[in-house]
Amino acid sequence: MRDHYQLIVIGGGPAGLGAAFSARRGGLDHILIVERDVELGGILNQCIHNGFGLHYFGEELTGPEYAGRLIDRLAGLGIDILCDAMALEIMPGEQEHSLRLVSADAGYRLVTCEAVVLAMGCRERTRGAIQIPGTRAAGIFTAGTAQRYVNIEGCMVGRRVIILGSGDIGLIMARRMTLEGAEVLACVELLPYSGGLTRNIVQCLQDFNIPLFLSHTITKIEGKDRVKRVTVQQVDENFRPIDGTEMYYDVDTVLLSVGLIPENELSRAAGVEIDPKTSGPVVYENRETSIPGIFACGNVLHVHDLVDFVTEESESAGEAAAAYVLRRSDTDKVRGRDEDHTGKSGDPRQASCFSLVPDQTIAYTVPQRIRPACVDNVVRVYFRVKAPYKTPKQIVFRDGERRIVASFRRPYMAPGEMEHVVLKRALLDGVRGDHLTVSVEEIS
Amino acid sequence: MIFDVAIIGAGVVGCAVSYYLSQYELKTALLERENDVAMGASRANTAIIHGGYDPVPGTWMARLNVEGMRRCFELCEELDVECRKTGSYVIALEDEQTETLKILLEQGVANGCEGLEIIDGDACRAREPHLTEDVAAALWVPESGVINPWEFALAMAEVAVRNGVSFMPNTRVCDIAWEGDHYVIGAADTRESFEPLDRDAEPYAAAGSARGTGEQPTTGGERGKTMIRARYLINAAGVESDTIHNMVAPPSFEIVPTRGEYYLLDRTVGPLVKSVIFACPSAAGKGVTFSPTIHDNFLVGPNAEVIDDRDDTAVTRAALDDIARKACRMVPDFNPRTSIRNFAGVRANSTCGDFVIGKAAENFLDLAAIKSPGLTCAPAIARAALDILREDGWLSERKADWRGGRRVVRFKEIPEEERAAFVRDHPLYGRVICRCETITEGEIVASMKREIPPVSIDGVKRRAGTGMGRCQGGFCGPRVLGIIARESGRDPLSIEEDGAGSRVLVSETKKAVRRE
Amino acid sequence: MKEYICVVCPRGCHLSVDEENDYAVSGNSCLRGEAYGRGEAKHPTRIVTSTVRVRSAVHPRCPVKTDKPIGKEDMGEAIRLLDEVELIPPVRRGDIVIASLFGSGTNFISTRDIDE
Repeated sequence: MRDHYQLIVIGGGPAGLGAAFSARRGGLDHILIVERDVELGGILNQCIHNGFGLHYFGEELTGPEYAGRLIDRLAGLGIDILCDAMALEIMPGEQEHSLRLVSADAGYRLVTCEAVVLAMGCRERTRGAIQIPGTRAAGIFTAGTAQRYVNIEGCMVGRRVIILGSGDIGLIMARRMTLEGAEVLACVELLPYSGGLTRNIVQCLQDFNIPLFLSHTITKIEGKDRVKRVTVQQVDENFRPIDGTEMYYDVDTVLLSVGLIPENELSRAAGVEIDPKTSGPVVYENRETSIPGIFACGNVLHVHDLVDFVTEESESAGEAAAAYVLRRSDTDKVRGRDEDHTGKSGDPRQASCFSLVPDQTIAYTVPQRIRPACVDNVVRVYFRVKAPYKTPKQIVFRDGERRIVASFRRPYMAPGEMEHVVLKRALLDGVRGDHLTVSVEEIS
Repeated sequence: MIFDVAIIGAGVVGCAVSYYLSQYELKTALLERENDVAMGASRANTAIIHGGYDPVPGTWMARLNVEGMRRCFELCEELDVECRKTGSYVIALEDEQTETLKILLEQGVANGCEGLEIIDGDACRAREPHLTEDVAAALWVPESGVINPWEFALAMAEVAVRNGVSFMPNTRVCDIAWEGDHYVIGAADTRESFEPLDRDAEPYAAAGSARGTGEQPTTGGERGKTMIRARYLINAAGVESDTIHNMVAPPSFEIVPTRGEYYLLDRTVGPLVKSVIFACPSAAGKGVTFSPTIHDNFLVGPNAEVIDDRDDTAVTRAALDDIARKACRMVPDFNPRTSIRNFAGVRANSTCGDFVIGKAAENFLDLAAIKSPGLTCAPAIARAALDILREDGWLSERKADWRGGRRVVRFKEIPEEERAAFVRDHPLYGRVICRCETITEGEIVASMKREIPPVSIDGVKRRAGTGMGRCQGGFCGPRVLGIIARESGRDPLSIEEDGAGSRVLVSETKKAVRRE
Repeated sequence: MKEYICVVCPRGCHLSVDEENDYAVSGNSCLRGEAYGRGEAKHPTRIVTSTVRVRSAVHPRCPVKTDKPIGKEDMGEAIRLLDEVELIPPVRRGDIVIASLFGSGTNFISTRDIDE
């Protein structure tokens, strides 16, 4: 391990692995990946089901296989890897950033670097965040925690299971628990539609005759030591339980799949600006955050639906981080030759910039800000819609003068799917005003 | 063998009594029906060290509050328990409530509080900018603060055990008989057997066919009853203190179990309040409290609901909504969505309206019906109990070799410049297990080596602070379970989340492997 | 007539397949959907993933998958066979864990490396 790196990547999951790889390819020699688990791969290691990689690798892989391929790519590249370690603090600086790291093997140390890629991933929403009434019995797990126990530790967390929330991890666990001999009695979703992929609804619920109750929720959990019974009720359009619709399930386990939250405590403490819509950093077109030299990608930036897009995004963040570091060292060289040179002319911070503003139909966009002068060719904009659309609609980008800058047709959209469009540099140069609104509209 | 003293109940009061008694040449037992100390109201409360203006002068509560408060801070210092003197405000939202503040101030002065002061709304809001603009005036109580209540109870019990007190968990008192010169307690083992449930574990048969047998987890009955003999009994049984009293003496009071529900808010909501904020008590009730915790999160609650089942710590939609409404009235920025946990505690309110402290029978002392501010008063209650024992001639000889004090290494508290050396010498303190609260493996392992080791994931949580944060143990739970199994040599399948019977895991996968 | 929700893409077309009429598919929006519907009606297949025991202190289980889809009706039986396997490291991604399930030529293979 060195005391100074060109780039430190925080997180060795798919985002961190992608960013480190592309930064190395982009010309950086000294890169460190910090991973809190004992091995690289992140949450993919416990996602033993298949369905990963169709977009990126062109074939269907399981989570461990996808992680394995990303890890294999790093072999021989000379990237330092510190597993079983924690980044405790990022201290941004003018000249360089410093990180406090701790691990049982490498000890407690301060390491400096020119750029940082945030790739810490996300965590699951817990019972406390959704306030399910009832007791504090054992047997209530987030789906991801249950997945870790079952797939990594080899232990079953229950025999009779109900699942709250129809997120993909919950659906996957319905099948997984069933195949390991548990009985999954129902999957209960508060919204009138599922946030999970259709494929998972079919192959994880329907294949095993597990009912999915939309517009329902768990309104009570009973059991003193371990969960014994839950009450499920239908909800009205304001998500209030409807009296008289009670259903009772004798279960010993409740799995929660009620959403993921980007894990940005480290970013927040460092002063990185956070977008309340994504709970992730506000980023520019190159995934650079509000602090120069700190980039973000993957689920720490916004929760993705497919890991393939995480890889794509992290590779561009890694490239951008490499470009940032190399540009700085070029500037340093120029400074060395000519003391009067300010080094500011090529600084993207000085470039003009506009914001993407989602209207009420769009949950968020990433990036949130674009500097047209910094866009090479195109910029890819990811977003999610707030409600499902079963008939064709268009995504419209309007500038400050309400002029349509671009529009894209989509035959159908759903909040569970991350959408993206590609904006060309030429279009961006024509934007007037300081923002672009994004909306879903009828096709005119 | 016959104990000199048996304390029934290892809540904060029982633990405080055991701490002080351990300083004397006495054979003392501390009986607890749960698998750990502080499992009742002592762990599910507002975690406040109260200032002492609230109790009506003349009551036990009024007599003991200020002394208890000061002793709490001293003990926390001595036993390395997390606490913070935040001060508190009682806020008046209407002008007529200002009159109440004056009454509280007078009561406080009568009870011995120092530094009480009524300030106007602007002054209050200058110090607590997130409070509602409706604040008309506030009573400032500088001496009060917040505490880690379960660690407080635990720390006192640890010192007691170190000095010879027998801690007997999972021991439920069923009956008590006086045998002329000592009591015989018939006690049952509360550990119910929660079977691993793997008997009918059948891998999935075939698509569409019947799945599983649908058998419910079976819970076995009580195991054998044991006899515990003691010359003197101290009833510190909290919500069951009337039950214990009635085993020995004629009924004289009745517990009115009163449930209070809470929100725990993540610190990422920002610095909502710096001090404890009390609503002004009114005819409509006490109102909720908004307070910082020693872990820099925020606690909001409680309501007060009289319930039948003394163990019913369930939370309800109605109460949580009610608390949210009242909290918004005080701190408009309160958002229930920033909650990371809801919980409820059952307070031992009683028909008597005050603590019940005193001899109820020969060699039988009630420290009963200890409701709020019982946590604050606990050390003073214990001192009052010792006075009674002393009068009865039980406290003749102090232990010459009594060892007090306690130190806990918390990674977060190690000064920056010492961390590198400390981690080099103690590598386990370099492995962060709970990432939300930055708790290391070293702290968990150390907690397992102290006088009363944790037996469950929540036991570790109460000692080391793991799982207290925003992920609520989602990430660290499996790792903590593994460490408990490794350090105690137990089967991971036997490890509980919290109380007896609350097993986390039910079986292994891929069980039927054939071994040659 | 059998009804299915197509999983080929996120659109989720509601397919009807007429077994009486040479498995004619309706409700699809694309050719891949037609093939999916016919396959589901004639003989639904799935890739099956699970774990097996490994003699390793760090990794008590190794993830596995079938290297080709198998009949949906065979999933349970296939998973049961995994109970009888315990791997000894080193394990490499792609190693055959159970060869030729039910004589079909489809194997259970390891999906990660496990060193010791």
